[in-house]
Amino acid sequence: MMDAILLQILNGLDKGSAYALIALGLTLIFGTLGVVNFAHGALFMIGAFCAVTLQRILSLSFDVIDPTQTDFLGNPKKIHTTYLESWLGPDIGNAILDWSVPLAIIFAIPVMILIGFAMERGLIRHFYKRPHADQILVTFGLAIVLQEIVKYFYGANPIPTPAPSAFRGSFDFGAIFGFDPNVIIYPYWRMVYFGFAAVIIAAVFAFLRFTTFGMVVRAGMADRETVGLLGIDIDKRFTLMFGLAAAVAGIAGVMYTPINSPNYHMGMDFLVLSFVVVVVGGMGSLPGAVAAGFLLGILESFASMNEIKSIIPGIDQIIIYLIAIVILLTRPRGLMGRKGVMEE
Amino acid sequence: MLGLNKTDTKFLLIVIFLTLATPILLQPFAENSGLAQFNAGYPDLMQRFAIYGIFAIGFNLLFGLTGYLSFGHAAFLGVGSYSAVWMLKLLSMNVLPGILLAMVVSGLFALVIGFISLRRSGIYFSILTLAFAQMSFNLAYSVLTPLTNGETGLQLSLTDPRILDAANTSGSLPVTNLFGAAMSESYKLEFLNRVFTFNVGYYFCAILAIIAFYISLRIFRSPFGLMLRAVKSNQQRMNYTGLAARPYTLAAFVISGMYAGLAGGLLASMDPLAGAERMQWTASGEVVIMTILGGAGTLMGPVLGAGFIKYLENIFSKINEHVLHGWFSWLPDGLQDLVVWIAARFTGEGWHLTLGLMFMLVVIFLPGGLMEGGQRIGKLFRRGREDVPDDGTGNRPKPAPHVAE
Repeated sequence: MMDAILLQILNGLDKGSAYALIALGLTLIFGTLGVVNFAHGALFMIGAFCAVTLQRILSLSFDVIDPTQTDFLGNPKKIHTTYLESWLGPDIGNAILDWSVPLAIIFAIPVMILIGFAMERGLIRHFYKRPHADQILVTFGLAIVLQEIVKYFYGANPIPTPAPSAFRGSFDFGAIFGFDPNVIIYPYWRMVYFGFAAVIIAAVFAFLRFTTFGMVVRAGMADRETVGLLGIDIDKRFTLMFGLAAAVAGIAGVMYTPINSPNYHMGMDFLVLSFVVVVVGGMGSLPGAVAAGFLLGILESFASMNEIKSIIPGIDQIIIYLIAIVILLTRPRGLMGRKGVMEE
Repeated sequence: MLGLNKTDTKFLLIVIFLTLATPILLQPFAENSGLAQFNAGYPDLMQRFAIYGIFAIGFNLLFGLTGYLSFGHAAFLGVGSYSAVWMLKLLSMNVLPGILLAMVVSGLFALVIGFISLRRSGIYFSILTLAFAQMSFNLAYSVLTPLTNGETGLQLSLTDPRILDAANTSGSLPVTNLFGAAMSESYKLEFLNRVFTFNVGYYFCAILAIIAFYISLRIFRSPFGLMLRAVKSNQQRMNYTGLAARPYTLAAFVISGMYAGLAGGLLASMDPLAGAERMQWTASGEVVIMTILGGAGTLMGPVLGAGFIKYLENIFSKINEHVLHGWFSWLPDGLQDLVVWIAARFTGEGWHLTLGLMFMLVVIFLPGGLMEGGQRIGKLFRRGREDVPDDGTGNRPKPAPHVAE
C-alpha cells in the first residue's frame, strides 16, 4: 500500500509541476496587472512549439552523395547530413541535436519575453480599465488566433519531441526506499521536470523577494497607486512582469514536450485546469497557486488509482473540478487568497 | 396585443415575418449564378439559425440582463440533446415528448448548478459554471457511457423499444416527426430561377424560436427583468434595500438553462444524435461569442449574432482555394496567387482563425456588438436631427459593466 501511495505522489508531481508553473504565471499577471489572461495556455503551447522549432532548425540537413554506397537501384546513395554535423563534426553535432529540448530553453526565453511584451503593449494594456468579462473574452479570442496560427504551421497532429537520450530510461525509485524492485518506476525526465519546476518557482520567488525590482513589484501588487505616487514608473515594471510570466509559461511548455508530444490545443487543455488551480489557490496568491498546483496534480493521480475508482467510478475525471467547487463554496478566497483581491 | 405595447407589437410582428419568410429571404441569388453559394436558404442551415437563436436568446437572458457570465451553458445544451434522443429511443419518434423532457431535465440541472454557482459572482461564477460543464463533459465521456454511449455518441437503433409507435417493419431507421409530419419533409418551390425550400423541421424550430423570443421580450419588459438589470448595475445597493438578489438570478439561470435545453432537444430532433462534444467548453464559448457579437443585453442582438456566426461558419468553411482562384482571376498571376494564399488562410480550414479575430475585433472596438454598430451607423445618417428616435428594441446596449461586480 505504501508503495502505491508513493507512486501516485510521484506521478502527480510532474502534472502538478506543469499546473503550478502555468498557475504561477497566471497569478503574476493577475496580481500585477489585474488582468484575467485566457491566452496564458496559448503561451504554454507556444513555448512547447519553440522546442519543436529549435529541433527542426537543428536538424536542417543537406544531401551528400556517397559514391562508396549504392541504393537498391544501383545509384550512388544520398546521405542526409545535418549542417550541425558538417560544421562541428558528427559527435558534437549529434550531441547538440540530442539535447535540443533543454537547449530550447535558451531559445524560448527571449522569444517568449518578446511575445509577452508585444501582447501587453499591443492588446492587454488597453484592457486594464475594462471589465473582467471583456478581458476574458478578448484573451479567449487571442488564444483561438494563436492556436490556429500554430496549427497552420505545424499541423494538427502531435509532434514527438524526445528527451535527451541520457534521460530516456526509467529510474527504480522503490529500490532506494527498500521496496521491492520494479514496483515504483519513474521516468528520469519527469524527475528532471519536477526539479526544473522547483528551480523556476524558487527563482521567481527569490526574484520577487530579494531584488529591489521584485520589492517594487510586490509593493505595486499591494497598492499600485501609492507606488505610482512615489514616482516609480510601475507600468513599465508590470510590463516586464508580463514578459516574465510569459517566459515562465513558455519554458514550462518547452520542458513538457518529452512528457506529452505537443499539439496545437494543448494550451487550452491546460488552461482550464490552471484556472481552476488559481482559483483553488486563491486569486492573486503566488504561494497558493504553487501549492494548489501540486496538490491538485497529486490528488488527480490518486483519483486515477484503481482502488479508488472502484469505490467512486469516474472520480478521476472530475476530482479537480469537484475540489474547486468545494473550495469555492467553503473558502471563497481560495486556500491562500488575499483579502480584497477579486472580492464581490 | 399579447400584453405588449404598440412598438413592441410592431417589433414582434416584424420578427415573426422575418422568421417565417426566412426560406425566401435567404435565397436571394439565382440557382446557377456565381453567387448561389452565398444562399443560406437550405433546411439544415436555417434550422441551425433558429436553434442557435434560441440558445443565444436564453444565454442573453442570463448574461445580458444580470451580467453573470456563464462559461458552462453547453452542458445544458448537451443534457437536452441526450434527453431528447432517449425519448426518441424509448417512447416515440414524435419529437414533442423529447423536447419537453429536454427542457425539464436541463431546467433541473440548471437549478442545481445555479444554486451552487450563484453563491459567487464575477469570474468565480464563470469558473464554477465552467467546472460543472467540464465535469458533465468528462462524465459523459467516461462513466456515464451506458447513458451517453461515450465517444460514439447516442444514436437511434432498430432495436429501440419506442413503445408508443407502431412496430417498425421497414428495416430502416424511422425519421423524427411531429404527429406524422416528418421533420425532414420539404416543399420546394421554384420561382424566378430560385429554389425556395419550405421545410417542416425549420418551421417547427421557427415557431418555437418565435415563442422563445416573445417570452424573452416579455421578460425584458417585466418587473422581473427590471430586477435582473438592477442586479447587473449594482447588486450591493439592491441588497441594502432589503431585496435578496439570488432568487431572481437563480430564476434567470434556470430559464436560461431551459432555453439551452430546448435548443439541445431541437438539435436532437432535427438530427437524432447526441455527442459529448456538444458539452465541451468550446461550445460554451461559442454561445458567448454569438451573444457578444450580436450585442449582449439587447433583444435582437443574440439572434443576429447566432445567425451571423452560423452563416459565416457555413460559408467560410465551404470556400476553398479553387473558389478563391475563381474570384480573383481578374488579378495578374503573381498577385492573384498572393491574394488567394492570404484569403485561404482565413477560409475553409482557417475559419476558426477568422472567428477568433472577429471576436477580438468586436470586443476591442464594438463592445456593444452588432446592435451598437448598427446604431452608430444609424446615427451617422441621422445626424442633424435633434434626438435620435429609439429603435424597436427600446433599450440600447450598455458597453459596461458586463459583469456584476
